[in-house]
Amino acid sequence: MSDVTLHRTIGIGGYGVCLAGIIKRELLKFLNQKERFLSALVRPLIWLFIFAAGFRNTLGVSIIPPYETYVLYEAYVTPGLAVMIQLFAGMQSSLSMVYDREVGSMRVLLTSPFPRWSLLLAKLFAGVIVSVVQVYVFLFIASFWDIDIPPLGYVVALPAFVLSGLMLGSIGLLMSSQIKQLENFASVMNFAIFPMFFASSALYPLWRMREASETLYWICLFNPFTHTVELVRFALYLQFEPTSFVVVVAVTLVTFALSALAYDPGRGMLGRRGGPGE
Amino acid sequence: MIHDSPALEITQVSHRFGARKALDDVTLRVGRGQFTALLGPNGAGKTTLFSIITRLYSNRSGHVRIFGRDLQREPSAALAEMGVVFQTRTLDLDLTVRQNLGYHASLHGMAGRVARARIEHLLARVGLSDRAKDKVRTLSGGQSRRIEIARSLIHAPRLLLLDEATVGLDLASRADIVRIVRDLVREDGLSVLWATHIFDEVEPADSVYVLHSGKIIAQGRSDEISAKADGASLAEAFRALTENSPEIAR
Repeated sequence: MSDVTLHRTIGIGGYGVCLAGIIKRELLKFLNQKERFLSALVRPLIWLFIFAAGFRNTLGVSIIPPYETYVLYEAYVTPGLAVMIQLFAGMQSSLSMVYDREVGSMRVLLTSPFPRWSLLLAKLFAGVIVSVVQVYVFLFIASFWDIDIPPLGYVVALPAFVLSGLMLGSIGLLMSSQIKQLENFASVMNFAIFPMFFASSALYPLWRMREASETLYWICLFNPFTHTVELVRFALYLQFEPTSFVVVVAVTLVTFALSALAYDPGRGMLGRRGGPGE
Repeated sequence: MIHDSPALEITQVSHRFGARKALDDVTLRVGRGQFTALLGPNGAGKTTLFSIITRLYSNRSGHVRIFGRDLQREPSAALAEMGVVFQTRTLDLDLTVRQNLGYHASLHGMAGRVARARIEHLLARVGLSDRAKDKVRTLSGGQSRRIEIARSLIHAPRLLLLDEATVGLDLASRADIVRIVRDLVREDGLSVLWATHIFDEVEPADSVYVLHSGKIIAQGRSDEISAKADGASLAEAFRALTENSPEIAR
């Protein structure tokens, strides 16, 4: 093989090739898992069409920003449900990374000569692209309901969805470095997805939560999921929410940095804890 | 110094998981163009050693050098010289053979015509050109292994590491894999570290390291190790060396 001349680049072009390859693999895998796509879509649609319809009259939403008028409960929950898709996607990809580590494809990824943080970042981006595709399919179906999102809102919200995907994906990545063995999805549901989703502004405005409990209100306010939902909600109605933006960016940077550290061969926990495949 | 340094040089590497010492002062060397076998029962530390060589995690002590490049100081250059076949199957079952290989090429910064040509060349080399468009799920265990060998060679590494590459395969597939790898050493001058617990795969002239409970307990030419055990076979020599082990090597 030594006589083969290889045009291998580890330069900027090489990074692009590597990123494109990782994204392509993620998309191909996604296309091959139609059931996963379907269930990712059915979940928020059930919430929207059944749960929200049922609660429509129970939960009145007063006029709060970014809304300029009374909105239907369905309209209120739609941004939260869209971000829920990304929450599930982020957690699912974290579990699939634990699985990948066990079966070994994560190890293959990590033998690439590119710096490890760039590989993790590429994997994160790939996951975000897949989750954003799912979000827009959901929003398309939801648009047939009385949601009333301005057409331009779908475009303006794209960067918000990307940021939100990056944050939730980074949290998933960090979790994947801490989960030693593939546990069942139920525990991730119980300890990550449910608390994050329910203790947030996805299903009810925070002032309502404050009426119920001051402590819960503060928990919701400190929950980063609240801020992804608000960032997306404001963006969908062509507004910018600076606090949420700062929180989402900061949480993304911190959790990604911690994940990169956790996957670092010298400092990470993989070597200390027995690591994958042991 | 880099020009005549060995393909792989492991010097006094130790590693522990908590209180358990998984590797104890391991020193090992794979010469250029040489087939070197790492023999050891399951649990001897082979996979830990592979994890360190492939930089899944770093060694806490000692050095790992690939063609003279220190794995910790120049990880990128070291990894680019190395192809790996892991013990567990690591192909995406629902992707085609070509998609799997294309993905791996991109992990090494290769794309387009160059990558495609390289993939075709390697598929021909492992005798599976006709399966390029098939999903990996439809391949037999032996065929998947051959694809994994092709994959590990995409970026033209000079050192190939195989961790129990023939485990779980039938006799004919095992023989195929061994033949392909030996051809790579003979014809292309590839340097190979072959971890196994199957003695038939080792030839008398091979350089052998015997790993047991994290320690190298014997090293040398295979026939010399056997000779030291009064001319018995390598398997018997191994049993004599590790008689306290509960594991019986095949």
